Amino acid sequence: MKPLRMLAAGLAALVLSGAQAALAADTNIAVAANFTEAAKEIAAAFKEKTGEAAILSFGSTGQLYTQISQGAPFEIFLAADDARPVKAVKEGYGVEGTEFTYAIGKIVLWSTDAGLIAGEETLKAGDFDKLAIANPQTAPYGAAAVEAMKAIGVYAALEPKIVQGNNIAQTFQFVQTGNAELGFVALSQIAGKSEGSRWEVPADLYTPIRQDAVLLKKGEESSGAKAFLDFLRGPEAGAIIEKYGYGTAAGS
Amino acid sequence: MPVPVLSSETVSAIRLTVELAAITTAILLFIGTPIAWWLARSRAWWKEAVATVVALPLVLPPTVLGFYLLVALGPSGPGGALAGLWGGRTLAFTFEGLVIGSVIYSMPFVVQPIRNAFEAMGERPMEVAATLRASPARAFWSVALPLARPGFLTGAVLGFAHTVGEFGVVLMIGGNIPGETKVLSVAIYDYVETLRWGEANLLAAGMAAFAFIVILTMTIVEKRVARSGD
Amino acid sequence: MEEPGTIDLAFTGRFGGFALNAAFCVPARGVIGIFGPSGCGKTSVLRCAAGLQRLEGYLSLAGEVWQDAATFRPAHRRPIGYVFQEASLFPHLSVRRNILYGAPRRRPPRPGEGTGLEEVVELLGIGHLLDRSPARLSGGERQRVAIGRALLSQPRLLLMDEPLSALDRQTKDGILPFLERLHERLAIPVLYVSHDIGELERLADHLVLMEEGRVIASGKLSELQSDPALPLATSREAAVSLDAIVTGYDPAYGIATLAVDGGEIVIPSPAGRPGTPRRLRVGAGDVSLARKPPESTTIINILPARILAHRPVGPHERLIVLGLGEDGSGARLLSRVTLRSFDHLALAEGMLVYAQVKGVALAPSAATPERTTPA
Repeated sequence: MKPLRMLAAGLAALVLSGAQAALAADTNIAVAANFTEAAKEIAAAFKEKTGEAAILSFGSTGQLYTQISQGAPFEIFLAADDARPVKAVKEGYGVEGTEFTYAIGKIVLWSTDAGLIAGEETLKAGDFDKLAIANPQTAPYGAAAVEAMKAIGVYAALEPKIVQGNNIAQTFQFVQTGNAELGFVALSQIAGKSEGSRWEVPADLYTPIRQDAVLLKKGEESSGAKAFLDFLRGPEAGAIIEKYGYGTAAGS
Repeated sequence: MPVPVLSSETVSAIRLTVELAAITTAILLFIGTPIAWWLARSRAWWKEAVATVVALPLVLPPTVLGFYLLVALGPSGPGGALAGLWGGRTLAFTFEGLVIGSVIYSMPFVVQPIRNAFEAMGERPMEVAATLRASPARAFWSVALPLARPGFLTGAVLGFAHTVGEFGVVLMIGGNIPGETKVLSVAIYDYVETLRWGEANLLAAGMAAFAFIVILTMTIVEKRVARSGD
Repeated sequence: MEEPGTIDLAFTGRFGGFALNAAFCVPARGVIGIFGPSGCGKTSVLRCAAGLQRLEGYLSLAGEVWQDAATFRPAHRRPIGYVFQEASLFPHLSVRRNILYGAPRRRPPRPGEGTGLEEVVELLGIGHLLDRSPARLSGGERQRVAIGRALLSQPRLLLMDEPLSALDRQTKDGILPFLERLHERLAIPVLYVSHDIGELERLADHLVLMEEGRVIASGKLSELQSDPALPLATSREAAVSLDAIVTGYDPAYGIATLAVDGGEIVIPSPAGRPGTPRRLRVGAGDVSLARKPPESTTIINILPARILAHRPVGPHERLIVLGLGEDGSGARLLSRVTLRSFDHLALAEGMLVYAQVKGVALAPSAATPERTTPA
């Protein structure tokens, strides 16, 4: 019995010390799914520059927020909107005054069919079967798409043709697989693509999709978390963000 | 907490869900029975490979299954060709498409219990029927089906319940169209996402109660069936 | 009477490391016992005959081919009745629906043609069980229902696979009389598989002996029982079955007389009305021999017979095969004597002797189960 107990105690100590080391070194970040690729590249650049690791968890903004409210160990929250970070501060999960816009999402009307989209006339003509957007109730990109259609005055006519993806990633799949001939997707999703046809929706047709970041209470004492937020604001991260099809508060 | 009244959208989602589950279950009993029979009786070496394919939806993430379905139902897949028969481009975003998806992802829940029931029955009852001049078809209807009744009951209930509860795939291929593809689980998900937890709670509690009642009833009925057979 | 023809059967094949190579040709009449140790292939022969198992081979019943190189009738197209070791009743059907499951639905058999429900119910004594669920029957009742179900499918060949082996001794003794009645009343040939020679002594007319997947002998029951070259005759329980007909009854002494081929046997109990066929069993150990007709003895059965053959059994005993009657042409009897007696009496083949039968077992009839051992 005795040696066994000692072994168990030793193991427990080992595990605990390892866990503490991990907690001290790494910064846990909750990242909205649409920012996945950009966030990975930024985390890599951050590690190269500072030697500190950022552990990224991806999910929809709503899911991540629910997790944060239930005590998930995130130190930073990169949301896909500007409402959730504010709400986080108000409900006591975020640190007041740390919210800022790290990226501005842009919507684009996109189709895999190179001849389909000519511009806003395509929407006015309505010569298609299904138009995909993200769920406007849950996804800011969806809300922006509705806003833009209303601004052009085609929303009422197009409403019966609209199919909703649960998030912007699904909306992209609807269009990519051809199930919907065209759809409003995030510019970041097709930033690296040249095929198909597209119309970049003018920024004055919809409220900018501000993606805000906030430092969470769990990261209040973490130097790594603060360093990451500083890095995110800096020019190196800004260049990556623009490369992926987002605007930045400084840039646009 | 004030109790929210069911909106017309919710009512339509409930109706749609029940329709989808009922149609899916009926189709699965129809096509799942021969599959289960073959799996239970065949000696083909590759039958376990077929069984594995049937079981895949149990382990595949709904998003993976949903994506494949999206491709298969789409304009360049068989679904598009099928939809072309009545002038459509795709089976995605249609009730028919949901039925196809539901049939695929609920299949293991129906086939497995029926297969187990057929296997538990053994070869003997069919042999006895054959020695009593019953053709294979008559033996199947008059002996195999009644003896496998508990398996059919379990399969039907699980298939129905799972179709009601599944939402990952529906989310992927449905397009969230009210009255056409917006089923209950998607509605609940929307409520959670939009932080309307009151409605979400109400519907989720309703579904939990539904599942509880269904499974309890099934257990009681099965016990009674077993007892009457003594 | 119509010529019943033969059951002609041959199967060869291999399954699970076991080789079957069995063939026999027997009259399509009465009970044909298939006897052999466990694992000798008896059940496989029966399953092949039913079409439940498919091996290469040949099978015909009274000239009608069920299987040959070009033909294979599936089980449900063969006019058979099959009684399995376990009754295997359908648990979801009542006893009545079980026994009617295989009955022709379009046309009930007319009198004198086929077997009717009433007849089967009466024969097997299952009338009071008809509305029960099979789950509420005893083992013996279940097996009787299974037999009834097989009979009502109007089979032309009944296949019984150790129908009694799953039952305890007492239940078994309760069912045997029903099977004997069946045998007496119905004209359907029966292939009856058993590893219990006692059952076959009472039921079989014909016997097929099997060993390790092959048929080692086939012939009339009494011939095989009394063939000194076969293991039956030299076993400790060697006996012959005698088919007898009641000829009289003396109520003053309570003695019944029965005629057997080549002699007459009396038993101290009623055996039925004159003309009733009964089967007797005489063990080899119950027959002693005398060179002259014995006088002043209490043994009531003393039958003249001739020694047809003899052979040693173990170091100190001899088995003697007798033919009843002065000329030895009647039914066979076996007698096991000590080597000393054999030498003292200088017994030899062809010699006329007097067989003193110390015990005769009368197979109990369904009506009056009984067993007698007069001394």
